[in-house]
Amino acid sequence: MTDVAKVAVTRTWSADGWGLVRRYGVWIATALVLVALPHIFSSGLSRTTMSLMGIMIVFALSYNMLLGQTGLLSFGHAVYYGLGAFLVVHAMNTIMRDVLPVPLPLVPLVGGLSGLAFGVIFGAVSTRSAGTAFAMISLGLGELVGSSALILRSFFGGEEGITTNRTKLFRLFDVSFGPQIQIYYLIAAWCFICMVAMYAITRTPFGRMCNAVRDNPERAQFIGYNTQAVRFIAFCLSGLFAGIAGGLAAINFEIANAAYISGGQSGLVLLAAFIGGVGNFIGPVLGAILVTYLQLMLSDATEIWQLYFGLLFIGMVMFAPSGIAGILMMHAPLWRARVVHKVMPAYLLSLLPGLVTLLGVSLVIEMAFRLMVKASDGSAMSFLHVPLDAARPVPWVVAAGLAVGGFWLFRRSWPVVANAWNDAMVAARGREHAA
Amino acid sequence: MLELFVISTLNGVLFGMLLFLMASGLTLIFSMMGVLNFAHASFYMLGAFFGFQLSQWLGFWPALVIAPVLVGGIGALVERYGLRYVHRHGHVAELLFTFGLAFVIEEIVQMIWGRLPADYRVPRQLDFSAFTMFSTNYPAYKMFMLLTAIGIFLVLLVLLTRTRVGLIIQASLTHPNMVAMLGHNVPRVFMLVFGVGTGLAAVAGVIAGPALVTQSNMAGLLGPILFVVVVVGGLGSLAGAFVASLLIGLVQTFAVSVNISPADVFAALGITIDPGPMLADIWQVTVAQVAPIIPYLLLVLVLIFRPTGLLGTRDT
Repeated sequence: MTDVAKVAVTRTWSADGWGLVRRYGVWIATALVLVALPHIFSSGLSRTTMSLMGIMIVFALSYNMLLGQTGLLSFGHAVYYGLGAFLVVHAMNTIMRDVLPVPLPLVPLVGGLSGLAFGVIFGAVSTRSAGTAFAMISLGLGELVGSSALILRSFFGGEEGITTNRTKLFRLFDVSFGPQIQIYYLIAAWCFICMVAMYAITRTPFGRMCNAVRDNPERAQFIGYNTQAVRFIAFCLSGLFAGIAGGLAAINFEIANAAYISGGQSGLVLLAAFIGGVGNFIGPVLGAILVTYLQLMLSDATEIWQLYFGLLFIGMVMFAPSGIAGILMMHAPLWRARVVHKVMPAYLLSLLPGLVTLLGVSLVIEMAFRLMVKASDGSAMSFLHVPLDAARPVPWVVAAGLAVGGFWLFRRSWPVVANAWNDAMVAARGREHAA
Repeated sequence: MLELFVISTLNGVLFGMLLFLMASGLTLIFSMMGVLNFAHASFYMLGAFFGFQLSQWLGFWPALVIAPVLVGGIGALVERYGLRYVHRHGHVAELLFTFGLAFVIEEIVQMIWGRLPADYRVPRQLDFSAFTMFSTNYPAYKMFMLLTAIGIFLVLLVLLTRTRVGLIIQASLTHPNMVAMLGHNVPRVFMLVFGVGTGLAAVAGVIAGPALVTQSNMAGLLGPILFVVVVVGGLGSLAGAFVASLLIGLVQTFAVSVNISPADVFAALGITIDPGPMLADIWQVTVAQVAPIIPYLLLVLVLIFRPTGLLGTRDT
């Protein structure tokens, strides 16, 4: 081989290697983070939390295949999650009873296949229409299956559900799957596989057709695509991944009960996907992480956490319908032009009174809750470790002052933020032109 | 048998008329804005709880008037400052807004009145039996509910078809731009209809509260059935909503009193099959037990065979 050829070979190799890293860098980094996380946050609670987040990420992403990619608003997505969970529990019990050589890591596939099967059945009925009618059918189907769970007792186990034991399965390499860390890695692996698969689907021609059907079904039909078929396939695939998520949840908790199928679970995944942002692939991931975290943290801090949750959701719908990911993406041009630092001071200026408003409002809510619902426990309470008496006027005046004053300042800060934003955009455009 | 039939028919019509009180508002709102108000059943629940609270303070009759007015006012405010603002983000955002609203209303009701059923009783003036039929006493309060619902239905019918206001509302549904050209404030008409629609749901709540259970989960229980009514009747069709309300009211009431399971049917035909442990439930379950899910079965069947709903014209 001549020197020239050698150089050429090394060049192409290095170019390819670099290209690979550039192309798959995000995924490699994600995998590394998933591997490293339980060693950074090594407490039992954080490992459990991260396991739940992994499950929720798969579930929220599967939901976004419908809402974000195909434009189908579903109020009954928990059906596929829940049925996946129940079939996984039954499968595990069967494997235990008949001593079948099936290791635990493969069991979520059962959930996925059952999600797919029920997706085919229910999708055939519901994807004939889109829009509001689809939403109502999904709600009806969700209620149908959810109520059946309490009627068909031998399959669904009635109120208490069906339990299983994940450690009694066929063991591969002598891994018991008893400790949470092993379950974490099982969930993380499946989460990673599902994320890659769902991202890959968005890049295929089929993924593009889903977007076309979402944006302009008439035109998609005109080009010669069957919009109903596209919706149907998207629905089935989404059921598949929801089933995997349900299976992972069943393995994690070693139980499946009616709550898995309930409307509450469907609502939660909708909240997670929407708060994260349905317009971006990364949105539901952020939403799932945030919602799971808030669920655990807020439910610890206050009994009426669901109220805050609902208010957060309404706030997002009204003021930021593109979700967290949408807000972050808005800053992409600023980030590329390296002028993000120009808006940060204005954000900080706005954040402070915003937080004060939030503090005031939540203090009012907490004190009202104390006086109305928990009246028997007395009016003494503590808010953020500050002891106070909800029956006295002083805390109310303080709370009202914080809320009103904070909001007044918050409102005053909006023009500052808008100006900073405009300046930064102008600067970003200037740099783009210069480059 | 005849006794069961008559009483069940009465109860079924009563439940159907209550459903229609809510479904009519929901359908009108849908025709106007193209959005299903997910929180409609929550306004029904608010009506029940406001009625309960006000009847403790002022008595039942003032509550019957004030509670719907208050709830209708809240509904109008929600439209004016919430929905109208969200409208720019499209129908999905509107639907999600009402979804979030339903969530928040349920939480607030739980926060104020707790999770346990409220002690909302039938007013003393109506606490007697209206008539006795085949040894069954039919409570006067139920007759009162039925008559109120029918009365409101008739008033609504006259209002929509025979008055100027009704004319403008009907025109705004189909030709909002033209109505605006003629100098009417269409957004205000929308706000009015939203307020009246939620007010009607609240009337249903006030009168149904003492007869059914006034509890913070009542919206969650009734809401999905309400959507079934609207979709089965045909989205945007008032007449369809009326038929579907009565149909579902009657079907659910009759189903509760039928105690037959598939096993009984086959046994009557002389066939006995042992379906195995997993399917035994389907085999043994009685019609009465599946009564709660019959509306949803009906929904699925209607959508398979007639996707526009019973009397709907617009293709969903």
